[in-house]
Amino acid sequence: MRVDYLVRRLIQFVIVLWGAATLNFILPRLAPGNPVRERLLSALATGGYQQAGIEEMVRAYNEQFGLDKPLYVQYLLYLQAALQLDFGYSIASYPAKVLNLIMAALPWTISLLLVSTLISFVLGTLLGALMAWPRSPRFVRHLVLPMMALSAIPYYLLGLVLVYSLGILVPMFPISGGYAIGSLPNLSWAFIQDAIYHSILPALSIVLSAAGFWAIGMRGMMVTTEGEDYVVYAEAKGIPERGIFLHYALRNAILPQLTSLALSLGTVVSGAVVVEIVFGYPGVGSLLFQAIRSLDYFVIYGVVFMTVLAIAIATLALDLTYPLVDPRISYRGA
Amino acid sequence: MADTSVTLEPPVLLRLREPGRWAAVRDYTRRNPDMVVGLIIVVALLLVSLIGPFFVDVRQAQPMRAVPGQPPSARYPLGTDDQGRNLLAVMVVGLPLTLKIGFLAGAVGLSIGAILGLSAGYLGGITDTIISMIVDIVLTVPGLLILITIAASIKTFISVEVLALVVASLAWPRPTRTIRSQVLTLRERGYIQVARRSGVSTPEIILFQLLPNLLPYLAATFVAAVSATILASIGLEVLGLGPQNDPTLGMTIYWAINYNALLRGMWWWWLPPIIAVVLMFVGLFLISSGMDEIANPRRRRVV
Amino acid sequence: MTPRPEAGPDRPYVPPVLQVEDLRVYYHTLRGPVRAVDGVSFSMPPGERLGLVGESGSGKSTIALSLMRMIKPPGRIEGGRVILDGVDLLALSEEQMRRTRLADIALVAQGAMNSLNPVKRVRDQIADALASHGGVTASQNGRVRARDPRDVVPDLLQRVGLRPSVAGMFPHQLSGGMKQRVVIAITISLQPKVIVADEPTSALDVVVQRQIMETLRAVQEEIGAAVILIGHDMGLMAQFVHRLGVMYAGELIELSDVLAIFDEPLHPYTQLLIASLPSLERKGVFQGIPGLPPSLLAKPTGCPFRSRCPSAMSVCTTVAPTLREVRPLRWVSCHLYEESGDRRQETGAEWQDQQAVGGYQPAASG
Repeated sequence: MRVDYLVRRLIQFVIVLWGAATLNFILPRLAPGNPVRERLLSALATGGYQQAGIEEMVRAYNEQFGLDKPLYVQYLLYLQAALQLDFGYSIASYPAKVLNLIMAALPWTISLLLVSTLISFVLGTLLGALMAWPRSPRFVRHLVLPMMALSAIPYYLLGLVLVYSLGILVPMFPISGGYAIGSLPNLSWAFIQDAIYHSILPALSIVLSAAGFWAIGMRGMMVTTEGEDYVVYAEAKGIPERGIFLHYALRNAILPQLTSLALSLGTVVSGAVVVEIVFGYPGVGSLLFQAIRSLDYFVIYGVVFMTVLAIAIATLALDLTYPLVDPRISYRGA
Repeated sequence: MADTSVTLEPPVLLRLREPGRWAAVRDYTRRNPDMVVGLIIVVALLLVSLIGPFFVDVRQAQPMRAVPGQPPSARYPLGTDDQGRNLLAVMVVGLPLTLKIGFLAGAVGLSIGAILGLSAGYLGGITDTIISMIVDIVLTVPGLLILITIAASIKTFISVEVLALVVASLAWPRPTRTIRSQVLTLRERGYIQVARRSGVSTPEIILFQLLPNLLPYLAATFVAAVSATILASIGLEVLGLGPQNDPTLGMTIYWAINYNALLRGMWWWWLPPIIAVVLMFVGLFLISSGMDEIANPRRRRVV
Repeated sequence: MTPRPEAGPDRPYVPPVLQVEDLRVYYHTLRGPVRAVDGVSFSMPPGERLGLVGESGSGKSTIALSLMRMIKPPGRIEGGRVILDGVDLLALSEEQMRRTRLADIALVAQGAMNSLNPVKRVRDQIADALASHGGVTASQNGRVRARDPRDVVPDLLQRVGLRPSVAGMFPHQLSGGMKQRVVIAITISLQPKVIVADEPTSALDVVVQRQIMETLRAVQEEIGAAVILIGHDMGLMAQFVHRLGVMYAGELIELSDVLAIFDEPLHPYTQLLIASLPSLERKGVFQGIPGLPPSLLAKPTGCPFRSRCPSAMSVCTTVAPTLREVRPLRWVSCHLYEESGDRRQETGAEWQDQQAVGGYQPAASG
């Protein structure tokens, strides 16, 4: 059965989303005594001035997903809501809607992730390629060990060390937050500068470790590629060394490296999320952390689903560019 | 006239002198430094957990057993935390706990991965398609986040074993992939073909032909799996989603952050666990890098 | 019948285009040096097709790589000279050697199936080779201007029997034979003086093999390049080369006109080799050569073949034979031919003899 590459990827995309949504549906119903229900009831009990609002929320919840309805109806209603990105209200921050909370935090996370991943991938890949090339400058060889060590350390642990050393011991950088306390987010240049200043340490935590990971991976690919016949033949053709390195070795070695990038998006995002928590950076990571502490289940599920969605989109995009760089793969046929 | 007293030259391999034991070790170290250093690190960590109890009272790893908030001193070499735990005892107790989670989850992940990988690789066809698709899908998902969701939903029930199981639930896709591709390669080997045509039953082929030849890859995959599961478990613990009553390394870091140990300069609280975790990762990484050298002779540095 | 170059008193002396003198290439392993090529000398006149045969491990491929100066550590060219048109390649700088590759001496590598970069189109791979050597110039109205190297590609492809439309394709879209032709096109693109072909057709089926060899012969004669064909297919050698050299344990043990070798092999190893070839006329049991090649790591003294030689003598154990012209234009390295008609003692200078290997004798020499 010849299935187009494109179609297969799209099917996978849909299945991933469906799986994530279903997981969010099943989980609370697995544990003995529905924890969501428990949480709602406890919120109700401790209500205070929000009492009326919480009651409203509980009513809305029961109406939509009420446990008195048959399971499959609950499921269908839930899926419908998920499609519309409606995750309900935040229990802890009522009357804020989950989606709005996520949307406020998303730009921070995306900017941090995008920049860090881009820098670390480019830097790491280049470094890794040089590390594997026999005629690179001497000092590059000595970088192998530290790169290996760095790649083995999880981002957030690196973050803790950085916070202490560059934030507390030698107070060069702010230790938490996305911006100075008291200022309101706006698009002024001063604010942006401040935001960048605050994001340096979190970004550094990610870049240092991720670059190491990409470097080690690329080095491995390059070693394999260097032994290929076409690299040997390129030398026999009298191609200058830079040309062989760039157009014959690197150009081919980067293909599996891109696949590796697509596969590791999930890990990268997970790591970045925890980094945010360590730095109190106002992205979805911190949002998630607060939600865990206050057992704000709707926010938790919303964040997870949105993250899965974002990664699925990114992976799909990456996979679709793959045939553009590797002529052996086309959109038709596996 | 042919001279009949010619002697045949035996191949070089047989003519090597038998090297002594230490020479063999030194030789191997030169060839595969990664593996050796990695093993030393991991074994050293294990030794700390085994020998540690002789030097420090492990009961002091529980709260309120020591004077709280003490910096390192002769009495408490690694100081104590705000809840009155002797941090040296915590390290001695926490290390094996973390390792245990890793090994347990890694073993479960590997087993599932091996079963799925063998089935997909050897049986092929629709089995392979389905398993591969599932694996691809699960891999694109941010594992840690899913684990967070699961753990948050069952927060009060988490113990060391439960945490291991939770982590294991997402540890099987990569082993499945690795093993599957190895099986695909091995399947076409001569001896497998011969066994098939001789009418050897499928389970027998898998158990007695494929499995023994997969052992180096299984070992390498196991090490990688342990590394990944420890990573995931520490990640969960640092968020507070680990066993509430056991002083695992990750939970220790969590309590440290929770009590603002960073700002208060109580480096002895959070630094030792971090160092231990880093050492663990580096050691495991080196071992798997060393195993790569064995499994992939093309990358051997020395002829 | 392949035409043979003939020397004679009325033929002018043509200097050899390639002279290899005492080439030694060792691989330095932990256990010591492996002597892959151990003192090989030969020379070739322009336009000659020379074959090199031998078992695996006899050093043939190592010679190919060393002529291109592409031996990588732990291998190293230990000594000797490779003189291409008067220039010692082993004495050149890296950059000079780079410019010499493809322009003066070109390689058709073993496994040419994978010699093409999978992510580059055919025309780009041909063009980048040309561009690396200064591009293509054309004179128009007396002015010399640079041409886009890609313009010469269709013409090159046609010369090797490919449609010009192949230029825009990627290697994975081509068959094995087509890929090989592209490699040949690249090889002749700068009109090199010597072409080194290391088992160019081993991976192809017999029909395609023949086509490729014919193409190679045609373009080679067109541009007047000398060809060194390395392989172990004696039948192919018989049809293609002028002279044949036999390698054993890193040494050249026989070098003669190809038909002469088949008619009357001199060295015992060559004799066994020829005898082991299956024949359509004789039917019988396959004959092999008993024993194993010697270790190149701990090479025994004397003749490397002595342990398997049916005619081994006591001197073979202690004294290593050298390549000598024992009959007109027939060189053998074997003690059996010590007595008969060699000029070694008379001239007293072995090197002059070795230098003349392959070149035409000046009319005046005796």
